[in-house]
Amino acid sequence: MQTTNTLPAPLSPSQQFLKQWGVTIFIAIAVIGITIWQYILNAQVTEAVLASTIRQSTPLVLGALCGLLCERSAVINIGIEGQMLLGAFVGFLVNVWTGNLLIAVIAAILAGALMGLLLAYMSVTLKMDQIIGGTVINILALGLTGYFYQVGLTTDGKMLPIPLGPLADIPIIGPAFFNNPPITYATFILVIAVHYVLFYTKWGLRTRAVGEHPRAADTLGVNVFKVRYVNVIVGGAIAGLAGAFLTLEAVGSFERAMTNGRGFVALAVMLFGKYTPLGAWGAALLFGFANAMQTQLQFADIKIAHQFIGMLPYVLTIVILSGFVGRTRVPAADGVPYEKE
Amino acid sequence: MTEENLALEIRNVTKRFPGVLANDNVSFSLRKGEIHALLGENGAGKSTLMNVVYGLYAQDEGEFFIDNKLVEINGPSDAINYGIGMVHQHFMLVPVFSVTENMILGSEVTKGTSLDLNRARKEILKISEAYGLEVDPDAIVEDLPVGVQQRVEILKALYRKANILVLDEPTAVLTPQEAEDLFVVMRQLTEQGVSIIFITHKLKEILNVADRVTVMRRGKVVGHTSPKETDQQGLATMMVGRDVLLEVEKSPAKPEDVVLEVEHLKITDERDVEVVKDISFEVRAGEILGIAGIQGNGQTELVEAMTGLRDATSGKVYLSGETIPFENPRYLVEHGVGHVPEDRHKHGLVLPYDLADNMVLNTYYQKPYAGQMLVRDEQAVLKNALGLIERFDVRAPGPDVAASTLSGGNQQKVIVGREFSRPLKVLIANQPTRGLDVGSIEYIHKEIVKMRDEGIGVVVISAELDEILSLSDRIAIMFRGEIVTIVEAKGTTREQLGLWMAGATPEAVV
Ligand SMILES: Nc1ncnc2c1ncn2[C@@H]1O[C@H](COP(=O)(O)OP(=O)(O)OP(=O)(O)O)[C@@H](O)[C@H]1O
Ligand SMILES: [Mg+2]
Repeated sequence: MQTTNTLPAPLSPSQQFLKQWGVTIFIAIAVIGITIWQYILNAQVTEAVLASTIRQSTPLVLGALCGLLCERSAVINIGIEGQMLLGAFVGFLVNVWTGNLLIAVIAAILAGALMGLLLAYMSVTLKMDQIIGGTVINILALGLTGYFYQVGLTTDGKMLPIPLGPLADIPIIGPAFFNNPPITYATFILVIAVHYVLFYTKWGLRTRAVGEHPRAADTLGVNVFKVRYVNVIVGGAIAGLAGAFLTLEAVGSFERAMTNGRGFVALAVMLFGKYTPLGAWGAALLFGFANAMQTQLQFADIKIAHQFIGMLPYVLTIVILSGFVGRTRVPAADGVPYEKE
Repeated sequence: MTEENLALEIRNVTKRFPGVLANDNVSFSLRKGEIHALLGENGAGKSTLMNVVYGLYAQDEGEFFIDNKLVEINGPSDAINYGIGMVHQHFMLVPVFSVTENMILGSEVTKGTSLDLNRARKEILKISEAYGLEVDPDAIVEDLPVGVQQRVEILKALYRKANILVLDEPTAVLTPQEAEDLFVVMRQLTEQGVSIIFITHKLKEILNVADRVTVMRRGKVVGHTSPKETDQQGLATMMVGRDVLLEVEKSPAKPEDVVLEVEHLKITDERDVEVVKDISFEVRAGEILGIAGIQGNGQTELVEAMTGLRDATSGKVYLSGETIPFENPRYLVEHGVGHVPEDRHKHGLVLPYDLADNMVLNTYYQKPYAGQMLVRDEQAVLKNALGLIERFDVRAPGPDVAASTLSGGNQQKVIVGREFSRPLKVLIANQPTRGLDVGSIEYIHKEIVKMRDEGIGVVVISAELDEILSLSDRIAIMFRGEIVTIVEAKGTTREQLGLWMAGATPEAVV
């Protein structure tokens, strides 16, 4: 029962657009400006920074996609870190055993999906506290990978960049966007695909409805449990892919706890992007950019303690999150198990 | 079974919840094209029965026949396929979705893999035109007034080609005019062959629109009748099982000192619209001031400011001569202001909490509920709950069940019980009997009059003209954020009130 009275004055489309995207556009223009200026000063460094931006942002945006698929259907997933870690580990192991990178990637995805299934079972069927469920996954992944990891395993290598013909030769952006290994390309496609699914398809409509008002969805014959299960499992699979990126594409080997908090940063990226794939992508790119700049600054001969420079990306994220990005609307039913009767 | 043309037949349905027998061997039949009213006390099991038919709850026993054929309903999608549509007591709309998105959810129209919102929009406009239910397909639902939201709910059912329509207390949140409009639509629907189950607590409405009436009490069907055979009194007696006073009995008020005074109050809402424009009035101890007005004319905001839920742009509110701070509900609680809020889910209850906790929601930190060393005195909390459940006739398995499991009317009684049982100077009751059955209304009206006679200043805000007229000593009429006039209730007619509420100036009427 609601009591809304008179209609609010609607914003004009241009106002609405500005309100929604103003900050993003401002930041984008600033970043592009800095980049071009840098390019004129030093082309090689700039291209390296951009390439590193993409590299840093890939696992974050994948993690954020996982998080937002889950939360759009009202399941909080703080186990992204664990799902990534297990994906990384399984992908690596399978690569060691088979030497087949494709099979390794698929194994990583399956491992992530399995962790997704576990989370879905705990939070949807058992109606457990979802923070506890996510923590279980994080601890489980840390324990499993730590226990089974043996030092000295080696592989035949990692996935290599595939230049996309002449596109890769475009100045500034060519090397960063069009000369990447497969998982990075897959990430570009996934961002667009998840955006499309979430906002333009039947499944997306149902997912968002389940995240906002599951009972309303139920009364229209939408299977709330199924929607949540599928989203959480697919989310887990994407987190697994993020893990595969780390071991099979970025580094080429596994280390204990190598995700190093990326799963949690991904959650921040998801919030920063207001639960939208494109927004999360922008946020991840910004964070990646700040990180890449930070690395460059450490090389440069500046008299600032490197610890402070190391903080830069985080400080930047906090400032932007708290200062510029307006309130993020959390899905109304987020974190609440659905009771049928 | 005679060869009747039945749209729906419910046979021997039993439904149990933990500790409650909500439906006890209930049978019910709906003829084609009729409006069949379902009447019963709060907690009688009306909503439960309809939720069972709609597939939201699984029945423990019982069968359903549609067009005289036995059917299995295992979920809402089965019900929808059998042509059953339901408008729930608490709306089932996704607030942040557009009307179109809400309409198509679950029965999406697609083009390839994408949603085809354009086609959906056209279809919606076509249906909305055909039934005279006007909506803007692109409006966001949370921005819409309740009356329009309800239209969306009905359209949702029609969009799914429902020919059996369940309306669960559709008029509880409507203004009298909106209710009239709804009845027109209902009649039009039945002419087109739709059969309607209509749940309401308003006896007049039943006599007005229903073809037949089935009465439930405590989970059982206790009788059938029709408007031709009975009147309001008859319906009330049948449903409550005793004679009910439909009119309020009260002696003339003996007003004393002013306890509540509102002075030049102005309120601007979130959208920077001035919704209360320079309002002043007084309430004396021992009188009931009714505030009448069509919903959305500033009453909600006025009450929120008086009860500490909202800030005012200017103006003052005095309680026994002392200025009250805005946005400080605890100050008001501690200084003897009682509040029955308009939206019981939003401001009245913590739904997941049990009844006992809800009944001490604003006094839990005081004696006797807070014992030594911050420890709660569970015994005192429990004793309070048991007392109120008994006194206000809350139908619930016990004080330890979650407020969310109670029927709408019984939730209301929990709030009323909590507020009426504190020592008060002023009582502000916004729609105090919304969703209540006539028996409970009688009781609550009696309690309000009793409080007045004990020297409490009472403000009653209600969309029900009858309630305002019979309960108030004086009536203030609000229109577009202003008080049009304040009159003595005695001698004021329904028609006069209606005209003022629609914006007529007092001179023009008198
Ligand atoms: N989900 C639930 N869990 C437990 N008990 C419930 C649930 N829903 C309803 N009940 C109980 O079943 C009984 C019937 O409730 P129901 O909502 O059907 O009443 P109603 O006739 O619709 O009343 P009202 O007029 O107040 O809406 C009540 O005692 C209520 O407490
Ligand atoms: Mg009900």
